Amino acid sequence: MSVILTAIVVLSVVGAGCAGILYLIGQKFKVEEDPRIQQVQDVLPSANCGGCGYPGCAGFAVACIKADSLDGLNCPPGGADVMQKVAAILGRTATATTKKIAVLRCNGSCEERPHTNQYEGATSCAIASALYGGETGCTFGCLGLGDCVLTCTFDAIHINPATMLPEVDEEKCTACNACVKKCPKMILELRKQGPKSRRIYVSCANKDKGGVAKKSCSVACIGCGKCVKACTFEAITMANNLAYIDDEKCRLCRKCAPECPTNAIVELNFPPRKEKEVTEVTKVKEVTETENS
Amino acid sequence: MKTFKIGGVHPEENKFSAGKTIITTPLPKQAIIPVAAYLGAPSVPIVAKGDMVKVGQLIGQSGGFISSNVHSSVSGKVAKIEDSLDASGYKRSSIFIDVDGDEWLENIDRSPELVRECHLSPEEIIKKIADAGIVGLGGATFPAHVKLSPPPGKTAEVLIINAVECEPYLTCDHELMLEKPNEILVGVTILMKALKINRAIIGIENNKKDAIELFKKQIKSLNIQGVEIVDLKVQYPQGGEKQLIDAAIGRQVPSGALPIEVGAVVMNVATTFAVYEAVQKNKPLIDRVVTITGKSVKTPGNFLVRLGTPLANVVEQAGRMPEDTGKIVAGGPMMGRAVVSLDIPTAKGSAGVLFMTEKEAHRMQIRNCIRCAKCVNGCPMGLNPTELMNFTEYEVWDKAEKCAITDCIECGSCSYICPAYRPLLDYIRLGKGKVMTIIRGRNK
Repeated sequence: MSVILTAIVVLSVVGAGCAGILYLIGQKFKVEEDPRIQQVQDVLPSANCGGCGYPGCAGFAVACIKADSLDGLNCPPGGADVMQKVAAILGRTATATTKKIAVLRCNGSCEERPHTNQYEGATSCAIASALYGGETGCTFGCLGLGDCVLTCTFDAIHINPATMLPEVDEEKCTACNACVKKCPKMILELRKQGPKSRRIYVSCANKDKGGVAKKSCSVACIGCGKCVKACTFEAITMANNLAYIDDEKCRLCRKCAPECPTNAIVELNFPPRKEKEVTEVTKVKEVTETENS
Repeated sequence: MKTFKIGGVHPEENKFSAGKTIITTPLPKQAIIPVAAYLGAPSVPIVAKGDMVKVGQLIGQSGGFISSNVHSSVSGKVAKIEDSLDASGYKRSSIFIDVDGDEWLENIDRSPELVRECHLSPEEIIKKIADAGIVGLGGATFPAHVKLSPPPGKTAEVLIINAVECEPYLTCDHELMLEKPNEILVGVTILMKALKINRAIIGIENNKKDAIELFKKQIKSLNIQGVEIVDLKVQYPQGGEKQLIDAAIGRQVPSGALPIEVGAVVMNVATTFAVYEAVQKNKPLIDRVVTITGKSVKTPGNFLVRLGTPLANVVEQAGRMPEDTGKIVAGGPMMGRAVVSLDIPTAKGSAGVLFMTEKEAHRMQIRNCIRCAKCVNGCPMGLNPTELMNFTEYEVWDKAEKCAITDCIECGSCSYICPAYRPLLDYIRLGKGKVMTIIRGRNK
């Protein structure tokens, strides 16, 4: 009996002693951490995508607290909601940011852009592009090997098996910029999502001269400049035989798209055109088709 | 017999065009001369559309120290300066010249006589080589005058002539050695003079016994001092600069260093011939020997081609393109690049065109690594290719750098030997580029 008692007493005393020492050490070497870091981190999406430019959500939380204002700080996956919450915690005002989305500037599906050779190497766009221009005559377009699909943490990009081009899921894309950085051809771009997801952009990155571009891909921008003339807001610029629509200036008036002879300008999520416009466009198409045949 | 100590593989030699006399190809209708078909800064075109040029005329001024002059290989009118597809697989700025006649610059000596005496000073020789736009003709196309100008504090002790030609199929250097031994030997003496040294070693692989015999004989008959022939065991990649230094003089170039660190300067044998022509005959680098070969090619052979001639014109000389061609490789099978079109021009680095049959051309299905370590044994740089591939795949750049990914010479021995057909070199090349970018960014 006495053995048990001694053991209990000794252990209790030793335990209490150790606890006391640990408490004292804890007090002495206490690290003062801003409790707001944890609070901010809790409202962040915890995706650690790096879209904000900081190493993960924890890094972003620290940056938010250290910065004097929230200007220039943005969590792309969280969007305005999350930034409002962060602002509420820190007692600052969140600056309004426009929602962006990743857009592929290539429309050269297998039909539009016939293959001139076959690539059998490692399934990686980076490797293929280090070796040569690609399986088609166009050395600027999408290789379709899916580096962007692999790099997307949000499962928002998938290769469409029919066109062999990646497609961005509007619901899932958070504009974190990972695919844009990954694409060796640099044809992915973050653009304004626009009201009701309506967007107009030149879906081509081919800088070849018109004839060469057209030969390799039927929907290539040939640099004719018709869209530049049609645009009343000076939103379209032409450089290196390639048109580019500035999404800051574009008012989505849709005047440019019907002008494009190769249909390189893509309109997304717009209601169908009015009767008259549609017939005009189809007429132009019919004429070009008969010319081709 | 000597060879390098670490790694190495032995692919089938398939030297079908060995012993075929060099045939001069007719002039093309239009020559396409890229302004940057070599390593280094691109040259700056100094002619404009409509200008008349002669053979040997300077048309592109070198754009820096590690850069090279570009000369017209034909005479005629400059048609345009435009981007054109070349062996890199991309479009690059090129000068198009419509060929009209064959008018050479007057100061170029076109007679076949051997000119032995060279009264120029080392500096003058190097300047002449730089002016002639000579780059390494083995494939890496590194400007020759840069190699001949050791950085301050370093001195060359021995010149090593790379006559190894370890790439399977290719025979352009071999044939050049058989036909122009005296010129090459004079070239060696000129290079020795430029480097202010009196020792040179010509490394020849043992599968070229006729060349070894011929060179030994010619050294005696021309009474050339200080040049020695080293007979090397056939092993790939012996033509790699660092491997050849190890094989020839038993010195190892430290990781990340240049051959000059161990007192060696390595020159390709075809480059040596070009040096002879430039210094003794005033002829800039405007042509080279190209091997057209392949298992199904009717008459494989070696052709003297003016630079800028579309490869299709050269292939015509070896009979038509075989019908069952599955892949066309510019260069040898180990380090060459597959090309998408035969319209690309012959460049300074085009050593050959290899036609692979449909059956040979396909890659095998990639399987899992079985950890057999064949790639580790095969790597001539003592690296661990399978690990480096994994580091690249998962983007672990710090570890890749620690494991010396930048030492890779891209010889392809690992991919060749892998029984699981893993694309080792494809990944390592990518990782090497990434790590080099990181290092450059850090040193800025």
